[in-house]
Amino acid sequence: MPTAKAESLDSLDRKIINHLQQGFPLADRPYQAVADELGIEEQTLLERIQSLLDNKVLSRFGPMFDVEKLGGAFSLVAMQVPEDRFDEVAELVNAYPEVAHNYQRDHKLNMWFVLATDSEEKITEINFDIERRTGLRVFNMPKLDEYYIGLQLSA
Amino acid sequence: MDMKVSDKAIDTIPLILDDQDQRLITRMQLGLPMVAQPYAQLGRELGMSEEDVIQRLQYLLDEGVIKRMGVVVRHHELGYRANAMTVWDMPDDRVTELGRCIGQFEFVTLCYRRPRRLPEWPYNLFTMIHGQDRDEVMANIDMIHRRCGLESVKYEVLFSTRRFKQRGAIYRANSKS
Repeated sequence: MPTAKAESLDSLDRKIINHLQQGFPLADRPYQAVADELGIEEQTLLERIQSLLDNKVLSRFGPMFDVEKLGGAFSLVAMQVPEDRFDEVAELVNAYPEVAHNYQRDHKLNMWFVLATDSEEKITEINFDIERRTGLRVFNMPKLDEYYIGLQLSA
Repeated sequence: MDMKVSDKAIDTIPLILDDQDQRLITRMQLGLPMVAQPYAQLGRELGMSEEDVIQRLQYLLDEGVIKRMGVVVRHHELGYRANAMTVWDMPDDRVTELGRCIGQFEFVTLCYRRPRRLPEWPYNLFTMIHGQDRDEVMANIDMIHRRCGLESVKYEVLFSTRRFKQRGAIYRANSKS
């Protein structure tokens, strides 16, 4: 589809997206509170959010969880895979259900995947297993800190 | 110089959450109900009062289990068709300040500090930079350079050439696994 959905967003959609990225009130009428701040009706806000969800501009509306606080673990893992073995290694790696996604990138470290598991130990275990089965080194790079600000659209 | 950072932040000890918290967390992954009183609605579904739902959510926010309440924007749907993992070798004593500077741009989604793996991998800040195409991604990286004063910082831009697998991570909260 040639036309970006960004162009179909009007100024109010953009204001709503920007506002909601900064948080959402814990109050008995939270949509009313946000609508008041935006100077619109509660019902208008509800309809706009629903429509942004329906046309997939927003993938989710609700709380963002810190998986590690829930006892889960994530890590970004890189490997340097010889070109002629890339498909074979990709198949082996992708077969682990804990591999959330996997990208080939144009760098000496050419395979980058994310592990999502229920524990730290499991990350170590899978990395060790991949090294053993491929004979290639894995570079484990878990997140140490996060600097999140969010997407602000010019409204 | 590379400070030996441990692989794992120490402050990520899982909280003890009770059954009601677990059920609330599981339900909230479907998103917040689109009704005037969403917390009362959640309470009805889970057999709790509205006040109880709000208090538990406040606790989860205070403890950092919920990072924030809000929305996730799909960049692709907004016309950002290209992206590059851009990695930076930031001085350790300035990585927080510079990470926050980069994180403020609308075309930046992820901005994480990760460990270096010397000598093969000297980069300690990982960012995802979006644009309508590769040229715009590169122009955006230039803008970051100028605005955050990164002229002397070593960096690399890693475009993806293939994507193999993508699944959303949905977590089922366990009492203790």
